[in-house]
Parts: sequence; C-alpha cells; structure tokens
Amino acid sequence: MGLYIDIKKKLSGFTLQIKLSSEQEIIGVLGASGAGKSMLLHCIAGLVRPDEGQIIVNGKTYFDAAQKINLPARYRKTGFLFQNFALFPHLTIEENIAFGLDKFPKTDQQQKTFALMKRLNITDMAKRYPSQISGGQQQRVALARALAVEPEVLLLDEPFSALDNHLKNHLMKDMQLTLKEFKGNALFVTHNMEESYRLCDHIAVLNAGQVETFASKEEVFLHPVSLETAQITGCKNIAAAQCKSTYTAEVPAWGITLHTDTSILSPNGFVGIRANHIMFAESAGNNCFPVWIADESRSPFRTTLYLKIGSAANGTDDYHIQWEISREQREKISKLQSPFYVFMDPGRVFFVEN
Amino acid sequence: MHFDWSPAFISIKITLIATIIIFLLGLAAAWWMVNYRGRWQGLLDGILTLPLVLPPTVAGFGILLLIGKNGPIGKLLGMFDINIIFTWHAAVIASIVVAFPLMYKTARGAFEQIDPNILNAARTLGVSEWKVFWRVSVPLARPGIAAATALAFARSMGEFGATLMVAGSIPGQTQTIPIAIYFATLGGEMRVALFWVLVILSISLTVIVIMNNWNNAQRKLKLGAGGK
Repeated sequence: MGLYIDIKKKLSGFTLQIKLSSEQEIIGVLGASGAGKSMLLHCIAGLVRPDEGQIIVNGKTYFDAAQKINLPARYRKTGFLFQNFALFPHLTIEENIAFGLDKFPKTDQQQKTFALMKRLNITDMAKRYPSQISGGQQQRVALARALAVEPEVLLLDEPFSALDNHLKNHLMKDMQLTLKEFKGNALFVTHNMEESYRLCDHIAVLNAGQVETFASKEEVFLHPVSLETAQITGCKNIAAAQCKSTYTAEVPAWGITLHTDTSILSPNGFVGIRANHIMFAESAGNNCFPVWIADESRSPFRTTLYLKIGSAANGTDDYHIQWEISREQREKISKLQSPFYVFMDPGRVFFVEN
Repeated sequence: MHFDWSPAFISIKITLIATIIIFLLGLAAAWWMVNYRGRWQGLLDGILTLPLVLPPTVAGFGILLLIGKNGPIGKLLGMFDINIIFTWHAAVIASIVVAFPLMYKTARGAFEQIDPNILNAARTLGVSEWKVFWRVSVPLARPGIAAATALAFARSMGEFGATLMVAGSIPGQTQTIPIAIYFATLGGEMRVALFWVLVILSISLTVIVIMNNWNNAQRKLKLGAGGK
C-alpha cells in the first residue's frame, strides 16, 4: 500500500519531473512558488494529464502513459483541498459536504454529512452559504467535503495561505488531528517550512520541478542536501566555502574556518548554520568566533541579531550572519560589550556541494 | 372592422419554440467550446458566431440553399413529402440561426467566469461531467445564462430579414409582427404599424426586465453576502 509517483510534464519554463514513492502517511511537499507543487497535485487528482510516467495509489493505477491508462478524476479516490477552498457558493454547507455522496441513499447521506460536520465542529452552520461563514470555517467545510467521499489520498494545496495568522495556529492543530485520524496517504503542499514541519513527518523538497530531497523532517532541516533545500527550509546563514580537510572548510566571506561533524566530500560548496542553532560562547575556541553587532530586529518573542565576525561592523548592512535568540538571552547579551563570542556547533554546521 | 391578431400568436409561437431550442443548443455549444482545447478553437468559434455579424439576408440565403427544394436537406425531406419553405417551421429555423450566436457567446462568457477550482473540486468528488454541468456550471453561470436567454428571445422576436426570405409573409401562417409592421407601413396603414410596434416593444422589454428581476432576487436569496 502507498503512493508511487513517477511523472514528467512539460510546463512553460521548466519540466516537472517528479519521482516519489512512499508508504508514509503524511508527506509534506515544500517548494518555492512556481516550483510545480500545485501541478503535482493536479496530476495525481487527474485534473491535468502528465506527459509520461505512472501514478499508482494503493495498488490502483491512476495513470500509466505506457499502458495508455488515464483514469478520469471522478474515478480516482482523491480528496482535494484547494488553496481558496473552492466551495460551491450556491449550495449550503450541508449540500456542499453531501455533494459527492449521490450514490448513497438519502438517509446515509445525511448520516455521513452530519457525522463529518460534528467531527469538524461545523454543525451549527449547516444551513448557511459559504459566503456567510469565516475563512477558517470554510476550510473545515472544504475538508469535510473532501473527506466525505472517503478518499485514498488527501491532497492539500496550501490550505493555510488564505488565512489570518491567529486562525492558522488553531486550525493547524485541528488539521493535525484530522490527518491523524485519516487512514490513507496525504500530500501537503506548502511554501512555508513551519507548516510542513508541524504537520508532516516526512518532507519532500521540490526545486525547479524535481524532488531534491525526500527524508524525515529532522534530516531535511538538519542536513540539507543542496543550497536550494537549505534556503527553502529557511536557513539564513549560508556562504561559499572550500574544503580544507575532511572535517574542516574555509569560509572566505566570513574570514573563518569551520569544523563539521559530517565529512566534506567535494572541494567547493557552501556551508550553513541555522540562525537559531548558533550559541553563545564564553571565550575563543573551536568553532567559536568573536562577533560585533551590526543591527537588530525585534519581533514580539524573538530577536534577530545581525553579526559581523572578526571586526567591528561598518553600518547596519555590514554583517555576516544572523543569530536568532529569545528576548531573555538578548537581555543578558546587552550587558556585554562587543565583541563577544558565538559557537557554531559542528553537529549543526552543514556543507552542501556546489 | 375585424382586427387580425394572428401576427402576435405567430410571433410568440415561433419565438418561444426557437428560444427553447436556442437555449439548449447554445448552452451545449458554449460548454463544449469552453472545455475544447483543440486547434480548431478559433475557427469553430468564428463559425458559431458568424450569423451575428452577417446580414440576416445572408443567413436567409444560406438556409434557402440548404432546405430549399433543391438543397440537400430539402431533397431529403422531399422524399417524405415534407416541405418546410414558406411554413412557420422555416421561420423557427431562421430565428434559431440568427439568434443562436447571442446565446452561445453570452453563455460562454458566463461559463468562462467560473473559478476552475470549483469545477475541479466537483470532479474530484467523483461525480459525472453531466452533474458537474447541471449542478455546478449552470447554477454558477445563471445570471449570464439568463441574460443570454433574454437576448436570444428578443432577437428572435425581432427577426425580420431571414424570416421573410425563407417563410415569406403569409397572413395567418407566417406573418410575424415585424413582417406585419413592414407591410402595414408599406401599405400606408400607419396606425396598424404603430400598434404592432408598441406590442413588440412591450413584449421584449417585459421579458428582459423580468429576467433581470428574477436574477437579482435569486442572487439575494442565495448569496446574501455577509448576512448572518
């Protein structure tokens, strides 16, 4: 059982070439806008025909170019949650959810619809129209509608991007629960690394139409395999580097030499470390460097310091790395004088090939 | 003096039948063309829209060529002893040909306005294309379809040139209101002509106003934005 995808589709500008095979229940598909994420979901659902390849879900062939199989969307069991939810504006919430349940007798339809509305906590708006409920409620209705037809694979296309931040948090919790209860594969497409990290155990990173990494989320975030993966997963400190020995790399832009725990296998590449993985250090030492503060940006709970390594900063734009810390840590540091020392844990410094 | 009411009945009969046929044909053609992705798109659209820009006499001439005694369809019907030319059936055909593009164009525009995700959502829910069409596309395009129908009705009601060519002006049989106006004016019966002018004006205006009102009422009922 599981998902097997191996497709090619020529698009304007690039070719989508996706290989993805998984028994995993929830896969996050992370990619920048225009990387072909949505197109992938459309291909699985049968809304767009790939040029070549195969799509097999739970042993059922949805698409096979060689065998000329292209199951129409209505015969594929996919639940699609659209970015704008795509509810039927002329039907009530109840009717929206029951839309795909034609083949069941009326009483069964009502039962299923009611059970879903109860599960997603939308029973009291059964008789309203989509335009009369909030965005968060619309998302739940869309999810209920997709789940009503008991899909084998759930396709979620950036379901949180149309929602306010304060709603997002709450709804993501609900979504987590719903996905846990759902017995089938789910593909969750997003450009937001936080969403994918929270909701999925495994993440596929899409870049220029191809799957670049497919691994557990910890692995993807800690050991990115390429510059693009490092960037899309939100790594802010990346610089060109040369291999000096198996475990050290020289970083000319920062004027330092870094040690890593993982072996470096190519002469040229990039090193990186996440802004929140940098630590405070008491004194000089291995992977410890003196830094000067160039600039600072505060958000309600976190502070980002822009640091220059090795010498005093000349203006706010003259910095090498970003360091994300809590407000308490910031208070402590403010008592110190520049320069102070930061430590880049060799276990968290990564090296990616050119 | 006995007043001849027949043009009114003939006009209404022809227009109603033509509108029903145009409605079905126009919807089907519009929906089909919206989903058609082939390379003949431009040409097909041109052919379907052509009667809108051609003089009705050209449409009439074309119909005569097809269903006249020596035309291919005319010959075929002749084998069963059926003659259409100069009957009210020919007037219905003329109305359909001339008013069809209005239905087709307007309905197509309305279908194209629908968010493709909504139609895709319906498809992934396992329903047939037929249900997608009747339960989603048509209701969502309803304002446009209603406008299209009203326009086709009004155009059909006012059809003159092609009708005169293929159905003639036989009082009590094929003489519609527009044709009655023409011949009344020609014969100097200005009062009769004026009467029919007012009749056709009020019928067409009424239909369009009713369609608009019905549409607005429906919209308020269903999509009352924000109302709790």
